[in-house]
Amino acid sequence: MWRAIIIVKYKEGILDPEAKTIHHALGTLGYHVVTDLTTGKYFEVEIDGSLSRAEAEKVVQEISSKILSNPVVQRFTYELTEDKA
Amino acid sequence: MKFGVVVFPGSNCDHDAYHVIKHVLGARVEYIWHKETTLRMFDVIILPGGFSYGDYLRAGAVARFAPVMNAIVQFSRHGGMVLGICNGFQILLEAGLLPGALIPNNHMRFRCQNVYIKVLDNTSPFTREYQTAQVLRMPIAHYSGNYYADADTLKSLEDNGQIAFQYCEPDGTVSENANPNGSLLNIAGIFNPARNVLGMMPHPERAAEKILGSNDGLGIFKSLVDHA
Repeated sequence: MWRAIIIVKYKEGILDPEAKTIHHALGTLGYHVVTDLTTGKYFEVEIDGSLSRAEAEKVVQEISSKILSNPVVQRFTYELTEDKA
Repeated sequence: MKFGVVVFPGSNCDHDAYHVIKHVLGARVEYIWHKETTLRMFDVIILPGGFSYGDYLRAGAVARFAPVMNAIVQFSRHGGMVLGICNGFQILLEAGLLPGALIPNNHMRFRCQNVYIKVLDNTSPFTREYQTAQVLRMPIAHYSGNYYADADTLKSLEDNGQIAFQYCEPDGTVSENANPNGSLLNIAGIFNPARNVLGMMPHPERAAEKILGSNDGLGIFKSLVDHA
């Protein structure tokens, strides 16, 4: 089985008000050492193990760009590992 | 002349739109279930406000893949009129029928209030009942209404006259102060290049009867009836 961990975040330059709010709250709590913070969405996806790595990777890229992220404002990164258990 | 109002799981302004079309305008209207795959004999399709699929993932992101959306894309390609209100606007953007995206409001709060919007051009099939630069008062109710598009897209929207409405002061001044959500260029609604698709965050169906405080929104529905 393939296991993909996909993270979707706003692109550079797009306002992330949630991150701004959390960062501000951390400052209020005294954590001034936290100099920046961004947020994102995390997905764990299991994919049929009979697929080759290239095929599994294609699936991950397709679902990430078509559904899990909106390419107008977001970008995605992923890690794909083979789970032999 | 027949309107269709699409019903997704989580739509909650479908009845408002249906009511305005049927009882205020006296036009023909039918609900369209989101699982329909064909559209028969409609002149105008309305994607109503609400929280389709619970706004999971992103507002409009799941509705965009509903079976009915393929038929709506085809309908719009053949010149059919499509009006997306609030969540409907979010769906049209996710579906790529309109450019750009709606991201969470810049202040992270759900905004439910009356706003003023300016009509930029009264030559579209959606706005012919209005005067250019006329100021309309209608409510907004959203969390993700912050319109974003890259600089090139914004320029093409401006150059092609695709900006339908801008948030403004009661006197029509487009200002930062009148912007309820951080939208670039104070954008409250846009057309596609052919101007048969309009997406807007304010709710014209909630401002279509005087007894409800404003009937400024009725002009959009009337314009569509006149257009047919």
